[in-house]
Amino acid sequence: MRVLLVDDEEEFVTTLAERLTIRGFAVEYATKAADALVLAGKNVYDIAVLDMKMPVIGGLQLREMLERQHPEMKFIFLTGHGSEDDYRAGSTGAGYLVKPVDINILIQKMKEAIEQ
Amino acid sequence: MAVLLTSLVTLLPLIVITSIDYNFTQKSIESENLLRTLRIGSNARRSISFFLSERLSALSFVVRDNPVEELYQPEKLQSILLNLRESFDGFVDLGMVDSAGIQRNYFGPYNLEGKDYSTQDWFKEIPNKRFSISEVFLGFRKVPHLIIGVRHTLPDGSFFVLRSAIDTKRFNELLSGFELGGKGDSFLINREGIIQTPTLYHGQVFDRMVYAVPKYSEYTEIREETNATGESVIICSAYIPDSPYILVIIKNKNELMKPWRETRVILIGFLVVSISVILLVILGVSTYMVNNMYLVDQRRLIALHEVEYTNKLASIGRLAAGVAHEINNPLAIINEKAGLIKDIFSLKENYAGDSKLVGLVDSVLSSVERCGTITKRLLSFARHIDSAIETIQIGEVIKEVLGFLHKEAEYRNITIKIDFAENIPTFQSDRGKLQQIFLNIINNAFAAMSVGGHLEVSVRYVEAEGIKAKIIDNGCGMSEAELGKIYEPFYSTKTKAGGTGLGLSITYGLVQELGGRIDVASRVGEGTSFTVTLPLEAPQKTKER
Repeated sequence: MRVLLVDDEEEFVTTLAERLTIRGFAVEYATKAADALVLAGKNVYDIAVLDMKMPVIGGLQLREMLERQHPEMKFIFLTGHGSEDDYRAGSTGAGYLVKPVDINILIQKMKEAIEQ
Repeated sequence: MAVLLTSLVTLLPLIVITSIDYNFTQKSIESENLLRTLRIGSNARRSISFFLSERLSALSFVVRDNPVEELYQPEKLQSILLNLRESFDGFVDLGMVDSAGIQRNYFGPYNLEGKDYSTQDWFKEIPNKRFSISEVFLGFRKVPHLIIGVRHTLPDGSFFVLRSAIDTKRFNELLSGFELGGKGDSFLINREGIIQTPTLYHGQVFDRMVYAVPKYSEYTEIREETNATGESVIICSAYIPDSPYILVIIKNKNELMKPWRETRVILIGFLVVSISVILLVILGVSTYMVNNMYLVDQRRLIALHEVEYTNKLASIGRLAAGVAHEINNPLAIINEKAGLIKDIFSLKENYAGDSKLVGLVDSVLSSVERCGTITKRLLSFARHIDSAIETIQIGEVIKEVLGFLHKEAEYRNITIKIDFAENIPTFQSDRGKLQQIFLNIINNAFAAMSVGGHLEVSVRYVEAEGIKAKIIDNGCGMSEAELGKIYEPFYSTKTKAGGTGLGLSITYGLVQELGGRIDVASRVGEGTSFTVTLPLEAPQKTKER
C-alpha cells in the first residue's frame, strides 16, 4: 500500500513514516502541502494521511487538490483538535482520528478506507 | 422598621384626630350640661321669686285697700282670705299682729288668736323692713310652713302687721316641676344651709346640706364639687331676692355624662376597629410584597447562578479545548517516538528479549494513551459542532446505550428494569448527543453500584415539559456537598478508578444544547436518580464560537 503522509510537525511525520515503513507500507511524507502536491504529481498513492491544521493550505483544501489529480485516492485526517472542520471531514466520508493515534487503529482505518 | 413607620404615619393622624374629637365632644357635652343647669337655675329662681313677690304684693294690696278697723273684724279677714285663696293658692290663714307681736285677729284652720310672735325671727325683722318672709319652720302648728308679713304704719306712728302662712307644698311642687335629669335634685336652703323643702337625695327638711353654703351673689352661680362617694357633682345656686332662701340644684355629673359615655364607647370602638383594620392591611400588604420581592429575588438569583454556571462551563470549555489541542501535538510525537522505539525493540532480537526495556516503553505508551483519553474528553466537552438532527425514538437510543453495558451488567449481576410508557412520541434530536448523555449517566450509575445492584430506567411523556427519562440506581449515593459539584469539570469521585471528572460536565452541556434540563436527587447509601427532561422541539442552533 502506497501511503502519503502530510503533517507540519516534522518530528511526528518522520517517526510515523518510519513506523509504517517497518510495517511494510510504502510511505512518503511531506511537511508542507506544496511538497505533498509535488510528490503526488510524481507518484501515485492509494491513500493520503493528512493533518487537518497546517499553515497556508489546510488538510481539507489539500485533499480537494489531491483528489483533482487522483480521484481514486482515499483520505484519512489527523487532528489535534475537535473542531467544525473535523466534523466536515467526517461528513465527506473520510475517516478522521484525533491525535495521539494508536498505530494499529490508524492501519485498520487505512485498510477500511481502501476496501471501500 | 418600614412596617412600623407606615403604621405610625397612618395611625398617628387617626389617633390625634380621634383624641381631639374626644376631648372636644367631652368638653362640649360638659359645657352644654353646665349651661342647661344654669338656665334651669335661673328659671327656677325667677319662678320662686315671682311666687313670693306675687303673694307679697297681694298682702300689700290688702293692707292698703282696707281700713285698719275692718281688718280687725274676723268676718272681713275671713272674706279676704277666701278671696285670696280664690285668686292665689298657698294662703293658709290670715292674721293681724300688733306692734307688740300679739296676734289680734286670726282666720284660718288653727286657733292662733292671741299668739305671741315677738320672738320669731320674721317678726324681729319687721320694724326695719316693710315686709318679711320667714324661713320654713314648724311654728305653733308643727307643720312646715313659711310666713309672709306686711307692715303697715298708722298715722300715729304705731304699726301693725298682716301676716299669712304659706303652704310650702306649692314650693315643693314648683321645685319638682323642673326637668333636671341625671339624678338632679332641686330644693331651697336657708342661709345657714338648712334644707327648706323636700329633696330626693340630699336629706330631710331641716337637715343641714352636706355641701358648703354658696357665697352671696346677685346672679345664678354654678360650681363643681366632689361628694362623699367621690363622684363629681354640679351645684347650681341662686339667692332668692328679699327672702332667706337660696335655691340649690344639684346634679350628678356622671349621670349627666351617661350619653357621653355611650358615644365614647362607640368612638373608642371605632378607633380600635380602624387601628386593627389598618394594621392588618399594612401587615398583609407588606408581607405579600416582601414575599413577592423575595421570590423575585430568588428567581433572579437562580437565573444569575445559571448564567454564571453556563459561562463558567463555557470558559472552562474554551480553555480545555486550547490546552487539549496544544498538548495533543507533542503527545502525538511522544506516541510515535515511543512507538518507534518499541517497533525497533520488537524487531531487533537483542532488544526483543529485554522485557524491562519493552515494559518501560509500554508504560510510556500507556501513559500517552491516558493523556490522550483526557485530551479527547476535554475536546468532546468543549466541542460545539452542528448537531445532526434526525427523528429519534428515545427508547431505542437508551436500549442501544444499555447494549454497550450489557456485558458488564451480566458480569456484575446488576438487574436492569426498563419501563417505557407507550405514548412517547418520536422527536427531532441528535442521536450522538443523546447516546453520550445516557451513556454517561448510566455509566456513572454502574460505577456507583456494587455487585447485585438494581438500575431502573423509565421514560414518560409530560405534555407541558416533554420527554422525561429517569435513571434510578440503588448505589452509594451522594451528599449535598457532592451534588453541588457534580457538573463541574474535573470533579470526580472515581479519580482512582480512572474517572476524568468530565462525564457529567459534558452531559450537562449536551442536555443544555438540546434545550433540556437535567435534575438529580441523591441520598448517601440509598442511591441516586437522574431525570433528563427533553423538549420535543430542539432549540434553534446557535454558533457560540
